Parts: sequence; structure tokens; C-alpha cells
Amino acid sequence: MKDLSITVKNLVKNYKDVQAVQGIDFSVNQGEIFGFLGPNGAGKTTTIKMLCTLLRPTSGEAFVGGFNILKDPMKVRKVIGIIFQEPTLDDRLTAYENLKFHGFLYGLKKEFLEKQIDKMLELVELSDKKNLYVKTFSGGMKRRLELARGLLHTPKILFLDEPTLGLDPQTRLHIWSYLSSLKKNGNVSLFLTTHYLDEAENCDRIAIIDHGRIAALDTPNKLKSQVHGEMVILKTENNEIAQTFLKKEMGLNPILDGNKIRVELQEAEKWLPKLLREIPVEVESLTLHRATLEDVFIKLTGKEIREEEGSWKDRARVIMRSRLK
Amino acid sequence: MNLTPIFIIWYRDVLRFFREKSQLLTALFRPALWLFAFGMGLRPSFKNIHGFNYIQFVFPGVIAMTLIFTSIGSGISIIWDREFGFLKEIMVAPIPRTWIVLGKSLSGSTLAMIQGGCVLLFAPLVGVHISFSEVLICLLVMFLVSMSLTGLGIILAARMTSFEGFGAIMNFIIMPLYFLSGAIFPLHGIPFWLYLISILNPLTYGVDLLRGAMLHIHQFSYLLSSLFLLSFFIVMLTGALFSLKYET
Repeated sequence: MKDLSITVKNLVKNYKDVQAVQGIDFSVNQGEIFGFLGPNGAGKTTTIKMLCTLLRPTSGEAFVGGFNILKDPMKVRKVIGIIFQEPTLDDRLTAYENLKFHGFLYGLKKEFLEKQIDKMLELVELSDKKNLYVKTFSGGMKRRLELARGLLHTPKILFLDEPTLGLDPQTRLHIWSYLSSLKKNGNVSLFLTTHYLDEAENCDRIAIIDHGRIAALDTPNKLKSQVHGEMVILKTENNEIAQTFLKKEMGLNPILDGNKIRVELQEAEKWLPKLLREIPVEVESLTLHRATLEDVFIKLTGKEIREEEGSWKDRARVIMRSRLK
Repeated sequence: MNLTPIFIIWYRDVLRFFREKSQLLTALFRPALWLFAFGMGLRPSFKNIHGFNYIQFVFPGVIAMTLIFTSIGSGISIIWDREFGFLKEIMVAPIPRTWIVLGKSLSGSTLAMIQGGCVLLFAPLVGVHISFSEVLICLLVMFLVSMSLTGLGIILAARMTSFEGFGAIMNFIIMPLYFLSGAIFPLHGIPFWLYLISILNPLTYGVDLLRGAMLHIHQFSYLLSSLFLLSFFIVMLTGALFSLKYET
């Protein structure tokens, strides 16, 4: 029997007039980084909330760490760690106090807790900030502290809801280096949601979710190979001659697209020199397009992932908060 | 059973209270203002009430006021935790919702008791002399009132989705509870409708018990008041225990 961290069967969540999650099935293997990729409002957070026992599904069932999310929520909570989309630290406490609060909440023994706090702060490189108030932290530092907190009680599965939302590219890389080190060191499975395509590349497997449904689920490479391998886009002085050449001599399947020729290639690096040497007409321009998850996404859903960073309402809320502090 | 989660929820609130110096000062300034400015100002206009001047009469009421504002405020502080996200950290921990409420009720009543206790220290200053056993009775009544009102705060907070409703709570619940509890004026010789509202206000009995213990004057029998206060306590605490919903 395979050791599964998460098993989800036909999970559905309906709000009053919206079907947020419309019957999804998937499973996450132990030690795997599993990504949920989709635009805002696709149902990612709703799914994570159901799996973390913060939201009751309308129907369907799910097992997390081997426990039924509806029948054994307390056992599920013990084996999971969560990093929510929005910050959930008490910024009037110090980093140490936030972690201590967490440890006590999870019933950790004092000696173990102290050791664990130091270990986790070291992991996220915040040891020197241990006794500083969280309100003095930058967004990236807060995120790292939340990561340390999420791992404090040695969970088997770590949930991360948009772990790098709103962080600068450098901090995002930083967070990802911690996450990949987790994968190397232990048996923690990671379940994360993101709408950053480049981050989804770091996952072992990705489920592409749109309008509450899983449109595709596979490794990033396999998903990309579904679309096409690599695409060469050519513009020549005589496209018709070029097209015939590509078809007859190279055995390819070129498609005329306006004044350009598109042609799918496997292992473009190998083929391109030959192509350029032998093509009988002048090449005016040439672009090589590798398949990205974006292409996969467009193919599956017919639209681009919206890269919006929260609505005006969220921003208003942030402004309100900073005024209140 | 490992009860440290309840302790840590309590501890966080208490720690934050002592860290916030302005909060401590406000907590002591308001009762002082009531006693000395309001009390002194009204004293000449009031004839003696059962042999006590107005400041002495209002003294138990000022303690009640301190308890009302602090405990309901502490209970409602849950909406701040929700707004700043911290509530999620608590809600997703492997502990029952009831423990969260217990921790919160205990911290709310601890803070109310600390502040109410500070006001109690003013007693000799205003000429209210209380024996040791009476102090104990006062503390017990204060505890029941604080726990019940923190519970009320939690119930309200559980139903509110944002802090915009805070002003409404202040106007429609905290103020009437306080003004119509017999805390600042005696309940005889007042219009019947006012009297009716006051005897429906559970806090009236808490105030009456406090005044009974401190000044030996009371409007209702001790038994009746104790029964009302205890029922209020049980209803509020039970209500609070089950108010936090599964979903955040």
C-alpha cells in the first residue's frame, strides 16, 4: 500500500450562490511537494481550508495524515502545519513568544519546545531576531517566522496557502530554498497553492484548478509536454518554400500562421543549426518558444492566469489595519 | 489532560495588557474620573442616601463600570484577533473551541478583576470601610460579573464579522447595561418603565450585591440577587462556550 498523506474523494463546497469547489479528487504522496495552481477565486483557499478542518465540505470526503477530516478533526490538526495566505502572527509579541504560544497550544513539552524553537529559528535564519517584536519585522521576515511556526510541532504535512504572495522576488527564492531543504531532510509533505507559474515548477506534481474543478494533474514536465514540446516561429522571405522544405526535408509539420511559420520540434537545440544551415530561403527572424505552465493553463482553461495581487477591498483592509495600529 | 493551551491563551492576553502601559493607565483613569470628578460634582445635588453621600453610593457602581467595560471589551477582542488573522492560528490548533473560550473568559475576567481590584483600593479614600470577609464577597461577585460579561463579549464577537459593529455594541449594549443597573442612581422613585428595564438587567443584581457587601444597603434580597447573578453567569458562559463556530 502506498503511503498517502492526503486523499480527497469528490470533495464539494457550495456557498450560498457559488459552487466554490465542484467535486475534486486527488491524492498527495508522502514527502511530495504538491501544488494547486490556479487564478484567484478558483477554489484553492477553500480546498485548503476544508483539508485543515476550518471549513466543512458540502459533500465528499478527505483523509489527511490518514485521518478523516470530518470525523477526526483534532487528529488531523495535530499532524498538519499551516501557513495561511494572510499573516496570522501576533505582532505585539516577540518572535520567541509567538513560537512559544504555538508550542503550548499544540501541547509540546517545555524542554522539547525550547530546543525546537531554536532549531526552527535557525532554519529560517531568524535566530538573532528571537526577542524582537514581530511588528518590527518586514513582510519577508514575518513569512519566515510563520514557516518556522508551522513546522514547530513537527507536522507530517505542511499546508501553504500562497506562501510567497506579495513578497519580493529575492524573498520568494529564499522561502523556496527553505521549502526544498525540507523536502531533502525529512518526511514532510507539502501542499501549497500558488498562482505564480514559476513557483509551480518547483512542485513534484501540480493540479491545475479552475472554477472549482481540477483541469489537469501531473508533473510539471508531463503537463508541459501535453501542450507541445518546443515551438519554433520563423519568418522568412518566402514562407511557402520554407514550409515545403520543413515538411519534405526535415519531416516536420509546419503551420502557416499569418506571415509566420510555426513548427513544433523536439530537442530544438539539436535541430536548429541544421535547419538554419539547410533552409533554402533567407530567414528574417526566428524565435524559440518553450512550453510553459502558462501555455498549459491557457490550453486547459482558455485564459491566462490573472496576476493580480489582491482586490481593492484587501488593499483597503491593509490600509485600515495600518491606521489602527 | 494537558491544559496548557488554556493557560497560554490566558497568558497572552494578560502579558499584552501589562505591556501596554497606556491601557493600564486608562483603566485606572476612568474610575478615578468618575469617582472624583463626577462623584464630587454630583455630591451637593444628592441628599444622603441611607446615610451615605453620593461618592460612597456610587463607589460600587464605579467598580461595576470598570468590570463592564473591561470584560465586554476583552471578550470582543476576539474580533481584533480575527481581523489581524491571529484567530486562525488559535482556531486551527488541535484544541476544542470550548478551551479557547475558557482561556478568553479567564483572561477577560482576570483583567477586569485586576482593574476592579485597583478601584477597590480607593475605598478608604472615599470613606467606604469594608471588612476582610466583605472584601472576599465583593471579589466573588466581581468574578461572577466579569466572567459573565466576558462571555457576553465573546458571544457578540462570534456574531460580528468586522469591528465596524463595535460602536453599536458600545451604544446599544454596554452603555444601557451600565446606566440601567442602579450603579449611578438608586432604583426607587424612578419612573416605572425605567424600573422595569433595570430589574430585567442582570447586572442590577451584581451591583446590588456589591453595594450590600460594601455599604450594607441593598434593594433586593441577597438570595434573589445571588440567584439572578448565578443564572446570568451560567447562561452567558454556556452561550459563550458554544458560540465559536466550526468555521472562521
